[in-house]
Amino acid sequence: MSACETPTRAEIEDFLFGEAELLDAWDLTEWRALFTDDCRYLVPTPNADPYASPDSTLHIIADDAFLLTERVKRLSKRTAHAEFPHSKTQRLVSNVRIVANSSDEIHVRSVFATFRSRHGRVDTYYGRHEHILVVEAGALKIKQKRSILGMEALRPQGSLSIIV
Amino acid sequence: MDISEIISIDTDRSQFKVHRSGYVNQELFAAERDAIFNKSWLYVGHESEISSPGDFVTRRVAGRDLVLARDSQGDVRCFHNVCPHRGAKIVREKSGNARSFTCIYHAWKFNNAGKLIGLNGPETYPPGFRQDPEHQLQPVPLLDAYRGLIFVNYDSGAISLTEYLAGATEYLDLIMDQAQERMVLIGGVQEYAMRANWKLLAENAVDVFHLQPLHPTYFDMIGALSGSQPSFRGLTGEAHYLGNGHTVVEMDTPAGRPIAKWMPGWGEESKASIERVYADLVRRFGEERAFRIANRNRNLVLFPNLVINDHISLTIRCTEPVAPDAMDVTVWGLAPEEEAGNDVAVKRRLTSFIEFLGPGGFATPDDIEALELCQKGFASRDGAPWNDFSKGMGLSTSSWMDEGQMRYFWVEWRDRLLRNYEAAA
Repeated sequence: MSACETPTRAEIEDFLFGEAELLDAWDLTEWRALFTDDCRYLVPTPNADPYASPDSTLHIIADDAFLLTERVKRLSKRTAHAEFPHSKTQRLVSNVRIVANSSDEIHVRSVFATFRSRHGRVDTYYGRHEHILVVEAGALKIKQKRSILGMEALRPQGSLSIIV
Repeated sequence: MDISEIISIDTDRSQFKVHRSGYVNQELFAAERDAIFNKSWLYVGHESEISSPGDFVTRRVAGRDLVLARDSQGDVRCFHNVCPHRGAKIVREKSGNARSFTCIYHAWKFNNAGKLIGLNGPETYPPGFRQDPEHQLQPVPLLDAYRGLIFVNYDSGAISLTEYLAGATEYLDLIMDQAQERMVLIGGVQEYAMRANWKLLAENAVDVFHLQPLHPTYFDMIGALSGSQPSFRGLTGEAHYLGNGHTVVEMDTPAGRPIAKWMPGWGEESKASIERVYADLVRRFGEERAFRIANRNRNLVLFPNLVINDHISLTIRCTEPVAPDAMDVTVWGLAPEEEAGNDVAVKRRLTSFIEFLGPGGFATPDDIEALELCQKGFASRDGAPWNDFSKGMGLSTSSWMDEGQMRYFWVEWRDRLLRNYEAAA
């Protein structure tokens, strides 16, 4: 893919499915490398405006590049107790659409269902992802990933120790 | 189940144990609803959530659905969210502004002061029916507020809120005095659950001793942010027993405090504004109290189920027991009203909050894991029956790193259940 070509939806879908596969495989270092240097990873609270700024409205997760790196480092340690041993997860990504496409950013919307099995329980997280993608050196990169939970609350799921 | 045997205290050997059935037993769960939740002052909301006439929020408090509203006259009201007609829950929204509430079932209509103002087919009812107190939205027996925190009590004969809060008012003042005028809730609320008994979170909230073993990944992150791992060496802290089961741990901080204690990870640009807030605290309260307000962390548990954390951020955390092995948790962030519009200050407060706390934080998920592991372990209580809270018991001091806070909580819990049984007998 060259910088001036617009990726097709099939290429975008492959990218999102690949991202999900890395997360299912707990290959978080590889997953982290999908992001740009100025990236954000956001999970708003389910009952707030999902587009409110994380600088003024409480979120569940509002990582910048530093915190995202630290999150990945944390999840690779045995002392990230909530995820040691790692949960088993399976992510479904569907309904992928390119909702806006400018010369430098591609806004992509998709829906997700993430199944997480741990300690004999299965929790389901669902909602929509809104990715802002850019093309860097011929490859798609994530400038921002906002995961908007579709549940009313994290009940009974509790923690969001995985990346949805 | 004999309540008096739930706790085993051996003063000679300085040992304090709690039987694990105290976290599991269904009869005890019903008994504590009756003896504790139906007789204590329980947090329902913050005044800033209902600042204008007509504002309302809906809440679940000790199993009851409530509406907390500011009526058109400006008075704070709290009703059972139940139609007096056939018992349907009336208000379904989480919050809003309304002059009246109408039941969907038969359209009985109430104003925001709870008064029945509309009946379907009024001519078919006897005279005076609409004015009968039983046909109004039923107010909770007692409603009062302390420094912006609104509480209800389901026992009309209960002691006053300030009497109930007892020594906790000193610490609530240290927290609320951080604002020039008043504290307000920050937008957004974290609503999650733990598959664990609610008392485990009350213990955890004043358990400083678990921070280093359970949360090294949080301190690793703070170390990376600040350039060096925060150290607990040389820090001091004390536990205080505040009356009526309330406890606090007040301690030096190994990191920063958004109100007025700068830490390197927040960058030089934060330093000047934090110094200005500190100078203002000194002007308002003098050097000694300003230092205490700005520099010391406070973890406060208001018996039974409210946790106020005044450390890396200022948070209100309320638990709702759902079953012996399940609780809902709701967390709000508080900030001085004057920070509104100060993006740097609010951002610092929120970032600091969610780096540690909440379902996606670097620490809370591990607390949830630990508490749920405890609950799992309690299933083996016939073979492994006791939780131990002996740390520091034989010592003359009440250190922040000991377990006196939990012992105090549990004695209060037991005594209330015993008193309730005696009253019923």
